[in-house]
Amino acid sequence: MSETFDLKTTTVRAINEHLHGLAPDATGVYEILNPNGSHNIAVGVDAPVEINIRGHAGYFTAGMNKQARVTVYGNVGWSVAENMMSGRVHVKGFASQCAGASGHGGLLVIDGDASSRCGISMKGIDIVVGGSIGHMSAFMAQAGRLVVLGDAGKGLGDSLYEAVIYVRGKIHGLGADARVEDLSEEDRTQIGELLEQAGLSARPAEFTRVASARTLYHWNPTSPQVSVL
Amino acid sequence: MKQMLTLEESANYNRKILNYIHQASETGVYDIRGLGAKRRVPSLDDLVFLTASLSRYPLEGYREKCVTKTVLGTRFAKKPIELEMPITIAGMSFGSLSANVKEALGRAATHMGISTTTGDGGMTPEERNSSKTLVYQCLPSRYGFNPDDVRKADAIEIVVGQGAKPGGGGMLLGLKVSERVARMRTLPPGIDQRSACRHPDWTGPDDLTIKIQELREITDWKVPIYIKFGATRVREDVKLAIKAGADVIVVDGMQGGTAATQEVFIEHAGIPTLPAIRLAVEALEEMDMLGKVQLVVSGGIRTGADVAKALALGADAVAIGQGVLMSLGCNTPHYIDADGRPVDVTEEYQALGTAPGYCHHCQTGLCPVGVTTQHPVLEQRMQPEWGARRLINYLTTLKMELTTIARACGKSNVHHLEREDLVALTVEAAAMAKRPLAGTNWIPGA
Repeated sequence: MSETFDLKTTTVRAINEHLHGLAPDATGVYEILNPNGSHNIAVGVDAPVEINIRGHAGYFTAGMNKQARVTVYGNVGWSVAENMMSGRVHVKGFASQCAGASGHGGLLVIDGDASSRCGISMKGIDIVVGGSIGHMSAFMAQAGRLVVLGDAGKGLGDSLYEAVIYVRGKIHGLGADARVEDLSEEDRTQIGELLEQAGLSARPAEFTRVASARTLYHWNPTSPQVSVL
Repeated sequence: MKQMLTLEESANYNRKILNYIHQASETGVYDIRGLGAKRRVPSLDDLVFLTASLSRYPLEGYREKCVTKTVLGTRFAKKPIELEMPITIAGMSFGSLSANVKEALGRAATHMGISTTTGDGGMTPEERNSSKTLVYQCLPSRYGFNPDDVRKADAIEIVVGQGAKPGGGGMLLGLKVSERVARMRTLPPGIDQRSACRHPDWTGPDDLTIKIQELREITDWKVPIYIKFGATRVREDVKLAIKAGADVIVVDGMQGGTAATQEVFIEHAGIPTLPAIRLAVEALEEMDMLGKVQLVVSGGIRTGADVAKALALGADAVAIGQGVLMSLGCNTPHYIDADGRPVDVTEEYQALGTAPGYCHHCQTGLCPVGVTTQHPVLEQRMQPEWGARRLINYLTTLKMELTTIARACGKSNVHHLEREDLVALTVEAAAMAKRPLAGTNWIPGA
């Protein structure tokens, strides 16, 4: 089935309410026209449906998404796909700050550039950016993979935990406790798979791997770390 | 001839400061500990009620009806929170506390008709199942935060900061990070888990406005959205929270507790709860939002008198954390075993370098009475049924004290307590609460 919502004649509230009423196994295609930068479009969806946003969208687009495949035919504001659990969000244009923040799962693809703090606090989400990313990206990122075909701004991977970053272009500076590591065969395989899923092409061998040096895993490295658990 | 000793302790370099300097010189690191500020600050203790006499007419002690019902979140939410009394259990994380403790809190809160609150680390089934009314915290770390639990929540509390460490984020030391805690937080077991000091997906109040709208959209505008912050620039923060769209504002004073943070924060950051309440109420009044946006205050609320004074100053409810833990046995010399017998654990306190009545070693995970621990043996020392029974007694006592004071002030509803019912015992409290010094009309600074 297919339904069309036009934000010239309806509201974000009405669209979200409709999408929240879908059964967890519902299918179908939902077209959203004239978003005109509206915030919070398609947040909290939990159904394997396809949602196409035809134009630019505002903050928190597809926030907390589960299962849905959301495509934005335009740019997005802050925090697209924040806290995403599963599914796929594809931005055909550019993304503002905090793209994929705290995402737990699923795939976020941004064809253009993403601004600062892309992948901040990520917790298992995979993010592929066709262009470049801004400063402090992947800050305190815990799990998941961030693949960047362009450049990365200053402070990349500051305070990283277990997430891994792959950058093809120039890295303008690493954050605290982030370090460049050798690219393994496993890394190249993973980059290749993520690029294929994202529909982007590049040679995996051209990427630089950035991961945590793990020197900040204890606030006081000199104290005994004997776990009693 | 024996030399006389001259033992003149320095006020500037007293034994506490000497110990601090010596320890810092040995270790090169600051101290991290649990609970809240230990030093004396102006507090609700410095106020007293002007109960009824000839000029006011009291209600009968414990008999006459005195309403305690409290409603929070009336501004935008379709389903405001209804409490049987103006107390909620403060947010405390699974990780800092055991699952048994979270269950005990839920059981007691449900029995008393009040709410309890999750904490950093997400929502556990134990607390959701045992809590009729559960407030789900949205913290900067977003550990364990997910839309399924958002939809299960009765209210959502966006935590900007905490009274014990405003602006400081948090820490769960690796010693407490069990497999289960680590799994919930998507981090390796055993590492120190830093809770971020700022949110990942918004920065200022304008972004927060849209974030609140996102949470409202996800919950279909059903549940109230609280904003909690540590008391620093209270007037400005309350106004910004109102503007951002909060239904309820939670202000946590510097006496508020923590599971683990730098002592320098605990003792030196933020302002006491007493002036924080007054500033928050003034901000609500200036925005014409008193009674429209509800105010919850926390940070060193311990007794029914504290609750009554907070309400008289203008709060709609209080949140209690440390008092609740102490009700469950924190700082007692023993725990109660399965046969109901007390088992002395003074030696275990000593092994931590402390003693019952002085302990603030929550950060170690070795709580001798099984409250602030993830240790599989220690956590069994606080069983949910026993803990819930204790907490119900404590909360019942608070309610009795609150209502007896309200009746003595001639109020048939605890929310009718008012500023005029209070005077201050110290110049500092008079200035901070803007209540006259007892026996005078003097309000310093007014």
